[in-house]
Amino acid sequence: MDREDQRALEEAIERITDMAESFGLRPFPMRYEICPAEVVYAVGAYGMPTRFAHWSFGKAFERMKVQYDTGLSKIYELVVNSDPCYAFLLDTNTLLQNKMIVAHVLAHSDFFRNNAQFSTTPRDMVERMAVYAERIRRYELRHGEETVESFLDDALVISEHTVPPSPVEPTRLSRGSGSGTGRKEETSRPEWAGEDVVGYILEHSPALDDWQRDILAMLREEMRYFWPQLQTKIMNEGWATYWHLRIMREMDLSPDEAVEFAKMHSQVIQPAGHTINPYRLGLAIFEAQGEDPERVFEIRETETDVSFLRNYLTEDLVEHEDLFVWKPVHGELKVSDKDWKRVRDTLVSERVHGGLPTLVVDGESAGGELVLRHRYEGVPLDLKHLKKALGHVRRLWGRDVHLDTVVDERSVRFTAAPDGVRSRPLD
Amino acid sequence: MGRTPFSVSRDDWTLHRKGQLDQERHRERVRQAIRERLADMVTEESIVLSRGGNVFRVPIRSLEEYRFRYQWEKQPRVGQGQGGTRVGDVIGRMPSQGGGEAGQAGDAPGVDYYETEVTLDELENLLFASWELPNRRPKDRRDMEVEQVQFTDIRKKGMMANLDKKRTLLEAMRRNAREGRGAVIDLKPDDLRFKTWDEVQKPETAAVVLAMMDTSGSMGTFEKYMARCFYFWMVRFLRRKYRRVEIAFIAHHVEAREVTEEEFFSKGESGGTRCSSAYELALQLVEQRYPPATHNIYPFHFTDGDNLGSDNARCVELVERLLEYSSAMGYAEVISHGRESRLMDELRRIDAPDLRLFAIRDREDVYRALRSFFTQNRQVS
Repeated sequence: MDREDQRALEEAIERITDMAESFGLRPFPMRYEICPAEVVYAVGAYGMPTRFAHWSFGKAFERMKVQYDTGLSKIYELVVNSDPCYAFLLDTNTLLQNKMIVAHVLAHSDFFRNNAQFSTTPRDMVERMAVYAERIRRYELRHGEETVESFLDDALVISEHTVPPSPVEPTRLSRGSGSGTGRKEETSRPEWAGEDVVGYILEHSPALDDWQRDILAMLREEMRYFWPQLQTKIMNEGWATYWHLRIMREMDLSPDEAVEFAKMHSQVIQPAGHTINPYRLGLAIFEAQGEDPERVFEIRETETDVSFLRNYLTEDLVEHEDLFVWKPVHGELKVSDKDWKRVRDTLVSERVHGGLPTLVVDGESAGGELVLRHRYEGVPLDLKHLKKALGHVRRLWGRDVHLDTVVDERSVRFTAAPDGVRSRPLD
Repeated sequence: MGRTPFSVSRDDWTLHRKGQLDQERHRERVRQAIRERLADMVTEESIVLSRGGNVFRVPIRSLEEYRFRYQWEKQPRVGQGQGGTRVGDVIGRMPSQGGGEAGQAGDAPGVDYYETEVTLDELENLLFASWELPNRRPKDRRDMEVEQVQFTDIRKKGMMANLDKKRTLLEAMRRNAREGRGAVIDLKPDDLRFKTWDEVQKPETAAVVLAMMDTSGSMGTFEKYMARCFYFWMVRFLRRKYRRVEIAFIAHHVEAREVTEEEFFSKGESGGTRCSSAYELALQLVEQRYPPATHNIYPFHFTDGDNLGSDNARCVELVERLLEYSSAMGYAEVISHGRESRLMDELRRIDAPDLRLFAIRDREDVYRALRSFFTQNRQVS
């Protein structure tokens, strides 16, 4: 991209920004970074350009790069929830691609800024994560890379199991007094009671050194920052697609550009077959609201994927979008149901809690063993993963850790002991 | 209200190596995982039996990131069609899984692996890292020739052409700092540092592997495959160490003859076994074709040990003679059941550090045998 290209891009961005604002979008100030594929993929793999180093990010990075090199998939942009909002654009994008992308990321930026789930996320996470990375680097120098890596291997296993930031902080779990459960129920958001497993381990684990506690606290902050993104995938992509379509329609595109744009857009919203394309479904739901701007803006402010689907995925939409329920039957994926309510409910169940199982701290046993409970909602846990993961949690806790869940409709307790993970029925 | 401010920047990202660094760390973990599985890899069919291929998909202990997550495989999910999808339509197939019911995946053996790609070169590097040529005998010294020079040390005196500029400058900086000056303002003769070299010796000559194998009826597919794996790696290792490596295949039952590689590993013959026939032919080849003066000779014999009792004494005598010419000699007995043979007992009495005896009971023993054959110190297993 030479100076002239850059000026053309800047002019386009000015027009697109004006248009977005005339439609009512209120994005953060924007920082567009034009960068090579490797950087875009690094940001994609780490979730943030400044995040700490760990082999698992390297693994994700390699996978993305291979897919890019072999033409299997291509990310054109990545956008970071921050103020100013960083958008990373691939340096091989054409001007037309960049126009669509700028319109798209402006809507993401507006979503980050105005959706309630994001209202208390730190907006300086780019800088904070850089500080965290530096701190973890110093721990590596002090305690050895392998020691820190092995601790990160343990800590990352549980890191998702914390609570999203909310305007109302959940009440911290108080420590169990001797035996039984130590749960306090008088929290303002009882649905989150005990769900901050990371926070509990952080405060109460007898096995952690100060530096380990510090790392765990940093991971917790990072995950809390990422959580709202897990909860609003369909909405956020739908919103960005809804607006890039409207903005691009208003741009004076040449006939060639219009055809090119139509192609790109149809690629973005291609149905995915066995799963949901969030761009397509989100777009369809927003479009079904009619051209009442107040209504769509209110939805983008207040809903998460779960309520978005529950409230706005109608019979018409299920029919028109050709949604269905499928099941594996003898090695084949077979369409099993087209009833719109069951389609909706199945989809909601996939999106509950960001698609992750909910674990809660159920207290400690008399011997100081940690008792976790999987809040079973009909979908079983992956047992192979569970056994491995529980072993890692045991290392964080320093004593045996139990996890109660349901397997084949029976309550089962898994216990991670020094000699491995075993299970026994609970009833 | 003004327009939302924005900036477009195009920085130099060449120093942004984050992804590459962690990718390298992940690869290192993969290599570590492979290292832990070398014993299995040595007898991996996809490698040993491959023709020409250089990249292999090998199963390694997974570097999966374990998480608490749902088992979706049996659950109803939501999909989206192009329009007009009906109940009963098939929208795809389950990805094939390596054995085991999805539900019991956690308990099924073998599911805990994931595949990675590895090149033969990479594998050899890992495998050969700790191997060395076996004890070389004094008479072999004459074929140790100066191969090349390597700069290995730094001294204060030397030829100007070999001046190590970086270290000289460092030395000057140190001295200037000691003398209380921040920058380098002068260079004294005492600061000069020179590179010096060592002569690196490498065997100049060729090596020959005299691969002997019992092809009598009692040697089955397993026994032959163990031999094949052993020779595969042996030849590859020697090729790294010598300019030229030849291999002569000697198949025997009661009689021995030189055969092609193809015949060596495939043909089976019925009848009894006389191991001495192979040793005799090996001696002949040494005398006619591979003079010990220019060849490092590695005779190696695979058998199930089921030798004619009356032949054992002759075997010992011939092995002793072969040892005189050899850099090292190996005898491996593949024992799928039962115990070691009388021949093994007899050979054990030979007092020679360069004769190495191995009992191969399972696949992993091939790796152990290779590793202990290619060490400096005598090990008998």
